[in-house]
Amino acid sequence: MTVEQEIGRPRRRKEDARLLTGRTRWTDNLSRAGMLHVMFLRSPMAHARITRVDVSGARELPGVVAAFSGQDFAAEQGSLPCAWPVSEDIVIPDHPPMAVSEVRYVGEAVACVVATDRYRAADALEAIDVEYDPLPAVLDMTEALMDGSPKVHEAGNRAFHVKIESGDVKAAFRDAPVVIDRTYVQQRLIPSAMEPRAVLADTDGDSFTMWSATQIPHILRVMLAVVTGIPEHKIRVIAPDVGGGFGSKLQVTAEEVLCLLLARKLGRPVKWTESRSEGNLTVHHGRDQIQHIRLAADADGRLRGLQVDLLADMGAYLMLVTPGIPMLGASMFNGIYKMDAYEFGCTGVFTTKMPTDAYRGAGRPEATFAIERVMDELAAELRMDPVEVRRRNWIRHDEFPYTTISGLTYDSGNYEAATDRALALFGYDKLRAEQADRRDRGDPVQLGIGVSTYTEMCGLAPSRMLGEARYAAGGWEHASVRMLPTGKVEVVTGTSPHGQGHVTAWSQIVADALGVPFEDVTVLHGDTAIAHKGMDTYGSRSLAVGAIAVVKACDKVREKARKLAAHLLECSPDDLEFEGGAFQVRGTDQRRTIQELAYASFTAHDVPDGVEARLDSDATFDPENYSFPHGTHLCAAEVDTETGMVRIRSYVAVDDVGTVVNPLIVEGQVHGGIAQGIAQALFEEAVYDAEGNLLTTTMADYLLPSAADLPDFQLDRTESPATSNPLGVKGVGETGTIASTPAVVNAVVDALRPRGIHDIQMPCTPERVWRSLEGERR
Amino acid sequence: MIPARFDYVRPGSVAEACQALASDEDAKVLAGGQSLLPLLRLRLAYPSTLVDVGRLPELKGVHDRGDHVFIGAMTTHDEVVRSPVVRDGCPLVALAAATVADRAIRHRGTFGGSLAHADPAGDLPAVVLALDGVLVARSEEGERDIPAADFFVDYLESSLAPGEILAGVKLPKLGAGWGFHYEKFHRTAQAWAIVGVAVALKRSNGAIAEARIGLTNMGPTPVRARAAEAALRGVELGDQVRQACEGAAEGTSPPSDLHAQPDYRRHLAQVLTHRAVRAASGSP
Ligand SMILES: Cc1cc2nc3c(=O)[nH]c(=O)nc-3n(C[C@H](O)[C@H](O)[C@H](O)COP(=O)(O)OP(=O)(O)OC[C@H]3O[C@@H](n4cnc5c(N)ncnc54)[C@H](O)[C@@H]3O)c2cc1C
Repeated sequence: MTVEQEIGRPRRRKEDARLLTGRTRWTDNLSRAGMLHVMFLRSPMAHARITRVDVSGARELPGVVAAFSGQDFAAEQGSLPCAWPVSEDIVIPDHPPMAVSEVRYVGEAVACVVATDRYRAADALEAIDVEYDPLPAVLDMTEALMDGSPKVHEAGNRAFHVKIESGDVKAAFRDAPVVIDRTYVQQRLIPSAMEPRAVLADTDGDSFTMWSATQIPHILRVMLAVVTGIPEHKIRVIAPDVGGGFGSKLQVTAEEVLCLLLARKLGRPVKWTESRSEGNLTVHHGRDQIQHIRLAADADGRLRGLQVDLLADMGAYLMLVTPGIPMLGASMFNGIYKMDAYEFGCTGVFTTKMPTDAYRGAGRPEATFAIERVMDELAAELRMDPVEVRRRNWIRHDEFPYTTISGLTYDSGNYEAATDRALALFGYDKLRAEQADRRDRGDPVQLGIGVSTYTEMCGLAPSRMLGEARYAAGGWEHASVRMLPTGKVEVVTGTSPHGQGHVTAWSQIVADALGVPFEDVTVLHGDTAIAHKGMDTYGSRSLAVGAIAVVKACDKVREKARKLAAHLLECSPDDLEFEGGAFQVRGTDQRRTIQELAYASFTAHDVPDGVEARLDSDATFDPENYSFPHGTHLCAAEVDTETGMVRIRSYVAVDDVGTVVNPLIVEGQVHGGIAQGIAQALFEEAVYDAEGNLLTTTMADYLLPSAADLPDFQLDRTESPATSNPLGVKGVGETGTIASTPAVVNAVVDALRPRGIHDIQMPCTPERVWRSLEGERR
Repeated sequence: MIPARFDYVRPGSVAEACQALASDEDAKVLAGGQSLLPLLRLRLAYPSTLVDVGRLPELKGVHDRGDHVFIGAMTTHDEVVRSPVVRDGCPLVALAAATVADRAIRHRGTFGGSLAHADPAGDLPAVVLALDGVLVARSEEGERDIPAADFFVDYLESSLAPGEILAGVKLPKLGAGWGFHYEKFHRTAQAWAIVGVAVALKRSNGAIAEARIGLTNMGPTPVRARAAEAALRGVELGDQVRQACEGAAEGTSPPSDLHAQPDYRRHLAQVLTHRAVRAASGSP
């Protein structure tokens, strides 16, 4: 019996029939007997002392069961955790889940109502009286660091400063024929998962269960225990169906902690679901950096050195991995390029805004944007083709493994192959000719071509390296594989999918590893009572780390099965070959299928002495290295110089994500990723006004592109298997977002460069493009 | 968010609806709900009662009335777009309605709701203004005609009196020789117009005999680009058209918001008017 290999097949996702036909279990769909509904009253002030909170009016309204202010939680609510103290000198301010004496951003919870339904709870919020004594808002990072600036926290507005140096930076810049000096702004973004956050907490008086729209049920459980003092073994966390996260659900939120405390106070189940506007205010935001970049090069374009100086907006508090986000980019600014010296500095700054934290790519899009933008600037300065400048500097395929100037060792890749393929698909030369023609004709619609040859580090992460980076946890992942008596397979994974399709991909991997049909595998996840060990899903880690734990567990199952088969077939284990799901005695037709062996271990009638009667196995995998997907993205953008409108005409992405388990899923990730990166380049921006009010609280103001606003993506792949894991897989969850933003902005700037424009701040809105042109016309 | 408490009635006739409105000054008409429900959910409006007129047959449908087309207020955008009577008699309305939001919203949102809402960023008010449409209001007292020029009073404010319901709109059929275009400038397909320009244009002997231009989102109400209309009269199709459109924003007071400042809107109005006029005149 030969079984078709599953890895590499474009399997439709097992998850989808159920999700698409509405047979879903989103947290908000769940209901418990006697369940109450919570709504939070949120600060309308960016910064103020709370002088009085009176919830008594709310308590009198019909349907209201309870109403509380921060004072009511003060003794038990603890402080929301920050698990990544990136430096020795870091300031980690107290972060009460509900503000008690001071609010530091618009949207911070100051009171809550618990009622029999959401409508009554919402009505009752209007009956709560809060008095504030306004304090000055702190909104601009540069001003926040000046002497005499109003303070967000007593300890000042500087959260931390980190500096890393490698090579002789001074020498690299001394007498450098070319130095490019630029400042880029990574605007603030709002991660807009399709499913809003929702929490349901219940108790039987002694122990607690929380359902939450989270990416991290395991981490959340530990943190809830640490924050509230409820013993860890009395807390069970379940992530039911979760509709996207993009990092925004990689968090231990105020609402989660408060719902747990409310369940304890009231002894009843309580549920909270945010509205979209509430989410825009209080889901942690992403990006928000000011990047000062200096690049030194020789006259022929060879890179000498790179200096990076960042201001990273932390917002008002440090949340789970807030300070770690810019640090995830620390080793990525050098990109795929060789250079002699590198310096990275980063200052984390407190402001009176919603805290920032992980958002798809987390640190790496920022770094990739800066280096890929500045490589284009270098090309322009030297009047070279931007692809050629990159060619002169990138790591050649025969140089892998390669240790970069920032100290990472890239295991595999082929930048030449991906770039050549992308140029061919794109029709690069023809588009350049059209561009020249439009320039000559003075066409009001100019054409620009943007290049992005990116890599990124993902597959978070080798625990040892995380430790060196001062992260509080490890980066391993766990899996169990259970052989059921009928030969079916139950996989328990510590990853927590929220749209990624792990059930399908893990089934394909197990089908190959054990020679069982794809349909015979089920995957359990996202419940700490079922998947007791896990590090959850973020940082494109699930396949490159989590699935490898599954592979390792399958290896153990096979070894146990081999022993049992050898016993039953009365041969030595070494005489058995495993193929097509069966052990066969070499050179005979004597065989036992894995299903027969599962049954034999179940009956246990004939198991050798000293051998456990089960094939089930567990494995924990800790990677030795990050994974380094890479690729070349090319964007052709038309810029209407009369209106400033940018339209993407064509987009090519050739990615190398190592071995591909399921091409459909990979393409889906790439599509979504590119869309999200384009969104940063052209559409999205969280805007605060001069008082610190968020202006982009609805989707009429915070513009998300839809399919109609995006071009067809032309995708292809090269395949350089990772050497750091047995499947050769790399992460793909964030590549599109990381690669596409600079490709698009490079294209916009390229279109306008003859008009003297060398940067447009993101998002490149029609008005911004028009104003740049106006500035040049004057 | 979550709306505050309100009552809901679904009257069986327009007369009943008028009665319900007259008896409660805090009652509001509910049409397709695509503008009103968002306001309720954000608690920006607290009506006591919603009077749902969305399903009243009297208010639905498109009628060919010889010299004009009558569009019932509760005709959905989608029905308007697909109506052969609209496409033949006043194609500009179909062109503009097709740009409203997305398919789902066009199946719910209504022609009359868009006008009664009097949002200057809506696409249809400027169109009805450009076409010199006449809005028909009904109340317990009877029916009255309101010319479009008198209907839009201020931001989200029409001249409908309390207790009045918009029943429909009369749109004059413009005969042979007229061309039409709606030029909508927006950042994403589902976003509202930053600026929109509705043009109806009569050609004769290679020149522009008459131009009627309505501007979307160039002030607290939809406005006519009167200066450009005057400048375009008699202009030969060709290079002079651009110059004639330069006054498109004259007399407007465009809003400032996250998507555009007033000076940019004025600039857009010129550029887009030129484009719309060219398109309406059949020039490439
Ligand atoms: C996401 C989104 C995007 C949109 N984009 C656009 C766009 O690009 N362009 C555009 O033009 N519109 C857009 N709209 C609005 C849409 O066209 C609405 O349908 C329209 O504005 C209101 O029509 P409605 O039937 O939904 O009215 P409703 O929302 O039911 O009512 C709107 C207001 O008009 C009043 N009203 C309604 N009918 C009557 C009547 N017969 N008599 C008296 N008063 C009445 C109501 O009391 C209410 O105050 C969008 C809406 C959404 C939700």
